[in-house]
This record gives sequence, C-alpha cells and structure tokens, in this order.
Amino acid sequence: MSSFIAAFGWIFDPAHNVGPDGIPARLGEHMLYTLLTLVIAAAVAVPIGFLIGHTGRGRGLAVQISGGLRSLPTLGLVILLALLLGIGLIGPLIALVVIAIPPLLAGAYAGVESVDRATVDAARAVGMTEWQILWKVEVPIGLPLIVGGLRSAALQAIATWTVAAYIPLGGLGRYLYDALPLRDYPQMLAGAILVIALALVVDGLFAIVQRLVTPRGVSEGRVSEVHDTMRSASGRGAVLAD
Amino acid sequence: MIEFRSVTKQFPDGTVAVDDFSLIIPSHKTTVLVGSSGSGKTTILRMINRMIDPTHGSILIDDRDVAGLNPVALRRSIGYVMQNSGLLPHRTVAQNIATVPRLRGVRRASARSQALELMQTVGLDAELADRYPSQLSGGQQQRVGVARGLAVDPNILLMDEPFGAVDPLVRAELQHELLRLQGELGKTVVFVTHDVDEALLLGDQIVIFRRGGVVAQKGTPAEILASPADEFVASFVGADRGKRALHVEHTRGGDIVVDSDGNAAGVLADENAAS
Repeated sequence: MSSFIAAFGWIFDPAHNVGPDGIPARLGEHMLYTLLTLVIAAAVAVPIGFLIGHTGRGRGLAVQISGGLRSLPTLGLVILLALLLGIGLIGPLIALVVIAIPPLLAGAYAGVESVDRATVDAARAVGMTEWQILWKVEVPIGLPLIVGGLRSAALQAIATWTVAAYIPLGGLGRYLYDALPLRDYPQMLAGAILVIALALVVDGLFAIVQRLVTPRGVSEGRVSEVHDTMRSASGRGAVLAD
Repeated sequence: MIEFRSVTKQFPDGTVAVDDFSLIIPSHKTTVLVGSSGSGKTTILRMINRMIDPTHGSILIDDRDVAGLNPVALRRSIGYVMQNSGLLPHRTVAQNIATVPRLRGVRRASARSQALELMQTVGLDAELADRYPSQLSGGQQQRVGVARGLAVDPNILLMDEPFGAVDPLVRAELQHELLRLQGELGKTVVFVTHDVDEALLLGDQIVIFRRGGVVAQKGTPAEILASPADEFVASFVGADRGKRALHVEHTRGGDIVVDSDGNAAGVLADENAAS
C-alpha cells in the first residue's frame, strides 16, 4: 500500500510535471507515437479490410497473415528492427504498425461483412455503384465494428509503446526503464499507473465513440424490440414468462 | 416491351438455371413468373436489370439490348421490389424511398416531398416518414419497398416475391393494393412468385415454370385454368382438385357451386346482376 502512496506522491510531485522528462512531455510523446502508429496502420489495413469485406475474397489469407503478425514477439521485433535500422523512431514505428494492423484489418472486414448480404444486394439492385454501396451502406452500418478494431489497435499500441521505450525515444515506458537500474520503485509504479490510466481513458473514449456511431435505425430497432417483448410479456403475465 | 431471345444462364458451378428461354413481356401489363424454387424465375427477373448477365441469348427492353446499357444506369431506371423489403436499416422511411432520386441528383427537399407523396400512394401514414425500417411491421416495410420501387417513376417494375414473407391477411391486402395501383399507374410489372393463387390474381399474363427454367405453359389466367397444357400444369394450379375443381349441384333452394371436397363455394349469379 505504501508503495502506491509513494507512486502517487511521485506523480503529483511538481518536479515531475515539468521539463523534457516530466509527465506532460512523456505523455505527449506516448500519445503522439500511438497516434502516428494508428494513422499509418489504418492507412494500410482499412482499405484492404474494406476490399476483403466488400468482395468477400481474400479473407482466409488475411486471417492467416493477421494470425502470423499477432504471434510475433513484440519486444523482439522492436529490438530486431532497431538493430537493423539503427536507433531512431523508424524501427519501433514499423514494429508497432505491424502489431496494430491485425486488429484494424479484422475490424474493417468484419464491419463491412457484418452487413446483411440481402441489404447489399438490394442496394445494388436499385442502382448503387460498388463505391456507393461501400460508403453509403456497408461502412455506416459496420462502423461500430470498424471503430472496435481501432479501439483494440489503440490499446495494443499504447501497451507496446511502453515496451518499445527500451529504445530511448521517450514515452511513458521511459519511467520504467530509467527507474529499473536505480531500483526507484515509486517511479516504476508511477509509470505503470500512468500507462494504465491512459489506456483506460482511451478505451473509455472509444467505447463512447462506438456507441455514437451505431446507426440510429439499427440501435432503435433493438430498443423497440426490447419494448415490444416487455409489453407482450407483461400483457401475458408472469405465467408464460420462460 | 421486354423481350427474351433464347436466353440461357449457366452458373459457374455448372447449374443451368435457365435454358433457351424466350418470352415477350408486354408493356403496361402484369406478367407473373410462377414456379417452385429452383425453377429459374428469379434468375430471369434479375437478368432484366442486369443483376445477372445471361450466358447466351439477349434481353431487349423496347428493342434495345440491355447488354449494351450501363448496369447502374439501367437499374436506376427500373423499379425493384424484393422479399423482406431490402430497405436500408440505417435510413428512415423517407430516406429509403428517396434513395434512387438522391443518387440521380434530386435535391434533398424535393426528394423528401416526393417521398411523402409516394407514401400516400402506397397507403402509408405520413407520420411514419421518420421511422426506421426496424420500427415498422412486415406489411408496412413492403409498402415502403413498393414506394421506393416507384420513386423514379419507372416504366418497369420488377417484383421478386415481394409479399412472400408477410402473413396471409396482410398479403391479401397488399395484393389488392397492388391491383389498385397498377390500375392507376399501368406499369410494366414483372412479378415473381411461387404462389399460384397470387399469380392468378395479379397476372395479365402468367408463365409457369418447371425446374431448370423450362416454360410449362404461358397464357392468361383464364387460358391456363380452362386448358392446362399438361398434368404438371393442371396439378400445379390445382385445377383438378380443391377450391378450383368446382361443379354445380342442384338443390331445392336453387343451384349452388360446390368444390371437390363437397363444400359450398358459392352460387351462380346472374351475369347482369354481377356486373
């Protein structure tokens, strides 16, 4: 317990809130790297995911490649790329993008695929182009799942950038690596707490976004179904409730 | 006028859905394609708006081969109503009806007011305009589907088992609505169903299919009932049994018409009195 008090003491120490290794700077680095990772990974994975979801082709291959990428040892990949490309942002960034691609890809194709094929067929039959079917039907209806992919990629990236701070680039992981040789446990715990807090806040924000992007017609349908069932159940009385 | 000239459709898996099919579908009439599932009737319907392209043969609309037309433009010029309505779940009733006009560049406000008019045409209350499809009953959804099909005022309306998924009472209501609408609008309707009663009720011309897109008989409902081409047609339309095999029985109260089960079906009315 006292170690937590020490850790929070460390976090709220004014001395740790300024300068290049202060919490705002480290947090900023962490968020910037995460954002950069997501933007690049999304630029690669989302178009491919849409293509797979829309055409229904290449799904097996995508699942295999995603599975392969997911099983890569994170720290090993970061260090390997750092050794190959030299110390700098590029190595870990590539490693992080590789790690963020599978959830984004899965979210994108699952979202597009989740749209009832009869709805897509109907959209085509009334004269939508394939592009219009994607953007006016499949993406809006599949958006909650697509954002879900972004959500897990974001958490993945936040967690992995902590580890990738092994390469001296900054980010909240620095507190762990800097404190380890000094056995400065309050600082290490503080670093861990900050990473967890960031992850929770981001996860919460994405949860809200996912709810916001759920199309009203889709969510309201569910709500009214619930109401109908409740009404009919109360109408029939408890005897028939199963 | 829609013309099928020796159309064959073989799917990549080898199934021949339609084999050397020829038919003339007259304008401003309702042509019903009827047959059990797997008879190729839906394939034939979907070849009209190029949702499916034939392997051999050609399809002409007013003497123009559809193979030479842009599929998207063609589909936007033809109304299409399908089973389970095919409405977009994330758009309101009015937005669904306005889908094709909006794609064609009609302004939002005028597309909406037109959608509201169409709702009235198909017998939908205007207050449903801002509901979502999932909030409507099956029958209401089908009405929205019909309104969407009519939204670009097409000459041709394709209907693929549009009333197949609603309960019998609602189906009868929708069938009569369609007859009323067709009386007013006079579209070239191509209607696919597996329900013979529906075919006899709605069709000016009926085409009965065997498996594999082979025509068993075509003609008006009267022709088909009066002289079924063969036993398959006779048993398919049920001309040999039940409520269609009627005979007159003389009773003390007068002549009554009785079906093959012996149930009284009606009386012979004086022709002048009936009209």
